[in-house]
Amino acid sequence: MKFAVLVFPGSNCDADLYHAIVDVCHEEAAYVSYTATSLAGFDAVLIPGGFSYGDYLRSGAIAKLAPIMTAVVAFAKAGKPVLGICNGFQILTEAGLLPGALLPNRQTHFICETVALQVENSDTRFTNQYVKGATIALPIAHGEGNYYCDPETLAQLHANHQIAFTYATDVNGSLDNIAGITNEAGNVLGMMPHPERAVEALLGSADGLGVFQSILKSGVATHGE
Amino acid sequence: MYNVQVYVTYKDSVLDPQGQAVQGALQRLGFEGISQMRIGKFFEMQVTGADQGAVIDKVEAICDQLLANPNMEQYRYDLQLVEGAK
Repeated sequence: MKFAVLVFPGSNCDADLYHAIVDVCHEEAAYVSYTATSLAGFDAVLIPGGFSYGDYLRSGAIAKLAPIMTAVVAFAKAGKPVLGICNGFQILTEAGLLPGALLPNRQTHFICETVALQVENSDTRFTNQYVKGATIALPIAHGEGNYYCDPETLAQLHANHQIAFTYATDVNGSLDNIAGITNEAGNVLGMMPHPERAVEALLGSADGLGVFQSILKSGVATHGE
Repeated sequence: MYNVQVYVTYKDSVLDPQGQAVQGALQRLGFEGISQMRIGKFFEMQVTGADQGAVIDKVEAICDQLLANPNMEQYRYDLQLVEGAK
C-alpha cells in the first residue's frame, strides 16, 4: 500500500509516521503538503500530530480549510482509509469527518505519558490485528484531548460500535474515557494516543504497530492482493 | 459598514475547566457570590455593507463556519453602524 503523510504548518509527528510505515512496516509512503490538491495514487491517508497553524483559534480549525482537505474529504467519502492521530483527530472532527470535538483536558494542562488503553472494537480496518478487550500501552501528548459530543451522538457511537479505543482510566475527562472513534462507515479513525511512537520495543512499546498492520491487512483484503 | 463584536463561549452543557479555575481563585481572593464563570473568545471586526440583514447573514456564516465550533460552542454578536461609511 502507498500511504500519504499529510504535512501542515506545525505538524511534528509526520516523520514518526513516515518512519513507522517505511522503516518498520516496509511499505511505501510520501509526504503530501497541505497545499496539494490531489491524493491520486494513494491507498491510505495519515494525518499526523502536531500543532497545525499553531493551534490558533481552536486545534485543527484552520487546518480544515487547507487546500488538501478537499481531497481528504473526497478520499474519505470514497470509503478509503483515513487515520488522524492527535492533532489529526482534532482536524478530522473540525472537518466534520468525525463527530464530536476535542476540548481542553479537564485538568487544564498538557499531559505527556504512556497510558493503558482498551481495544473496544477489534472489527475495524484500523484494529483488526488486536484482540477485542485487550489492554495496550500507547503514549499520549496533548492539551486538548478531552473528547466531547452531545448525548445523542454518544448513544450513536455506542450503538454503531464506533468507539475503537478507550482509556483504561480517566486521563483527561473524555466522555466514557473515549480515546479513539471511527466514522459510521468505519473507514475514518481519529485517536489521541500516538501509535506511531510505539512501533518498536526500543521505543518502550510496540503496541501501536497493530494499527498500521490492521490497515495493511484490510487494504490487502480490499484489493484482493 | 458595521463594527461587529463576536463572543464565543462553550455551551452551558460543556465543562469549562479554565472558568472553574478562575472562579476558585476569586473565591480564594475573598469575593463572594461569584458563580457560573465562563471563559470565552472575543472577536472584533469591521464588515462592509449597507444592508444590516445581509451583514448579519455574513456574520452568522463566519461564526458557524470558523469562529465557533457548533459541536461545543455558542456565540452571540453585537453590531454598530459606522456613520458615514458604506
